[in-house]
Amino acid sequence: MTISIDPQKTNNESLQPKGWLRYFSFSLDHKVIGIQYLVCGFLFYLIGGTLASAIRIELASPMSDFMPRDVYNQVLTLHGTIMIFLWIVPVVNGAFGNYLIPFYVGARDMAFPRLNAVAFWLIPPSGLMLVASYFVEGAAQAGWTAYPPLSITTPQSGQIIWILSVLLLGGSSIFGGINFIATIIKLRRPGLKLMQLPMYCWAMLGTSLLVVLSTPVLAGTLILLSFDIIANTGFFNPVLGGNVVVYQHLFWFYSHPAVYIMVLPAFGLVSEILPVHARKPLFGYTTMVFSIMGIVVLGLVVWAHHMFTSGTPPWMRLFFTIATAFIAVPTGIKFFNWVATLWGGKISINSAMLFSCGFIINFVFGGITGVALAQVPFDIHVHDTYFVVAHFHYIVYGGTVFIIFSSIYHWFPKVTGKMFNEKLGILHFIITFIGFNLCFAPQHWLGLNGMPRRVAEYDPQFQFVNQISSLGALLMAISTIPFLINVFVSVRNGKDAGDNPWNALTPEWLTSSPPPVENWEGEAPLVQEPYGYGEEISEQK
Amino acid sequence: MTTLDSSNEIQKNNSEVDESHEDFRMFGLITFLIADGMTFAGFFAAYLTYKAVNPLPDGAIYELELPIPTLNTILLLVSSATFHKAGKALLKDKNSDSQKWLCFTAFLGIIFLICQLFEYFHLPFGLTDNLFASTFYALTGFHGLHVTLGTLMILIIAWQSRIDGGRLSSQNMFPLEAVELYWHFVDGIWVILFIILYLL
Repeated sequence: MTISIDPQKTNNESLQPKGWLRYFSFSLDHKVIGIQYLVCGFLFYLIGGTLASAIRIELASPMSDFMPRDVYNQVLTLHGTIMIFLWIVPVVNGAFGNYLIPFYVGARDMAFPRLNAVAFWLIPPSGLMLVASYFVEGAAQAGWTAYPPLSITTPQSGQIIWILSVLLLGGSSIFGGINFIATIIKLRRPGLKLMQLPMYCWAMLGTSLLVVLSTPVLAGTLILLSFDIIANTGFFNPVLGGNVVVYQHLFWFYSHPAVYIMVLPAFGLVSEILPVHARKPLFGYTTMVFSIMGIVVLGLVVWAHHMFTSGTPPWMRLFFTIATAFIAVPTGIKFFNWVATLWGGKISINSAMLFSCGFIINFVFGGITGVALAQVPFDIHVHDTYFVVAHFHYIVYGGTVFIIFSSIYHWFPKVTGKMFNEKLGILHFIITFIGFNLCFAPQHWLGLNGMPRRVAEYDPQFQFVNQISSLGALLMAISTIPFLINVFVSVRNGKDAGDNPWNALTPEWLTSSPPPVENWEGEAPLVQEPYGYGEEISEQK
Repeated sequence: MTTLDSSNEIQKNNSEVDESHEDFRMFGLITFLIADGMTFAGFFAAYLTYKAVNPLPDGAIYELELPIPTLNTILLLVSSATFHKAGKALLKDKNSDSQKWLCFTAFLGIIFLICQLFEYFHLPFGLTDNLFASTFYALTGFHGLHVTLGTLMILIIAWQSRIDGGRLSSQNMFPLEAVELYWHFVDGIWVILFIILYLL
């Protein structure tokens, strides 16, 4: 059966608001939804960043003098939840996925535009609910992992609002995942083969498979947890005969893949950005595809490496150590492919390229500490210390957030039709890179020396290193200023960028900037070699 | 690939690119049902782990009677067959037949829910009595929620099929096919649930 798009039906754009108002409407245009995701996510990033600053101010001195201990717990819980569920996951999946995937598959919109809009509009209310829970008897205090029995014994209203909010965000994520899978598999332009798709499509396909397979498990787990809190059942309450380790297994069955949900799209985005600015084809396309799919499969069977100290039996430790170490293989393949893409290329040093290179450096560091953490003897030593905090932030900030900024610079001319200020962009990169490494590199040392995470007070001998870390956090906070100035000034007064300022070959650059509502005047171009740099680029149009 | 090849390809594809595409709503629904199935998989995994590692305290009551759930299994399996009949009738554009079968399916669904509630009221344990009781109510309750939603959807499409050539016809089978797939999914989950919860 086919659905014909009736031209009279699709031409009701006059009914949709024009100009900036459309970003506040229930728009079905994938480009509008992408920007909605990005801006909404960035606002929550500012909130989460403010909370992070509060944490670093508190930790600048060994005593809990900046805020009471329970407020500190609420702040760190909100920081983690907001950054993961409202900034990184929606932006790196929802924002760039919605904006780019329809271009890459040669479609005029996503497979299910209405579901797409619903998925976005679930986010602002649940985010506001989460932030507002701070003012209702205090927000959740059990960290973003909400481990019982802690989450059962802390004040209930905050925890219940937290669960509701995460359930809604999970639903939004599942709707998005279904949409991406259907778009990439079913909505490809005729003649475009799977192995000709830009790498970001493969990354989003892998990510969406993980979303669809693992997020529902988190939803089920949180429903059981809310029963424990509201109805006094004992699923995860040892006093009533329950089992806390079952919660941890179910939670990490989602939340380990969640790390790949956060970082796989970044792998895809960096694979789009590097070839353009190095003027070289992406090295090892086929190995990239297989390593993404390898990470998807392995990512589903490594969750218990978060639980080596939870009374895990030896066979389980052995299995999950080996499985986790195996993930280093496909990840390493991707890393070497990126370096090989840069090798001998005509590299332009611009903001997008710098942030991508920063990503490669930070990510390989976070990857190495990840392999170290997979080893049981080492993991038991540093479990729940700042070493884990440092490793995690090297992956999600040094990895994914660097790529988010890189992508914003790379696609800014496409989205706005204007050029941004390159000097401010490079300044933004320098402050971010120095601040980030100053903030998180010392935390490896803190963790190895036994400073526990999630505690407002610490041994005074750690004060100096903590102050270095807080100084880094200050630089990271400052780094958003040149970025915001750059964006606001360039959107209004930037130079005209033209349709394709980077001379890129991927399909989104083959239309005007900003793109028309239906993406292309006339038929979608058939791009069979999205990375065909180096051979008569000018002829290929 | 040479330029000649790709231009040929484009010309060949020109005819295919009319403003229409394949219907992939069913594909989306299947993806959603896989996700939904993973929620149940999580519940089942939790239940089986509890069974293996968390012995119930002495004197805990966890015996289940088989007659009602067996009747329920038969009800749901029959309802799957009657739903299939409704689809066949609609394919031949016999809307009134189709509507009858749909109403009968919904009726079986309602009987299922009544039996389930009857079982709930006559069980010797409540939600918070012990771990088995909690998991039992969570699993059957979550499944019952699915049956309730399914029954409502069947009633809606039964209402939609009231006019010949109206909203539902052999030309527009999708609503019926979608609800049918969902209903078979809920039945399949029940069979697994019946085996794991009552028989194991």
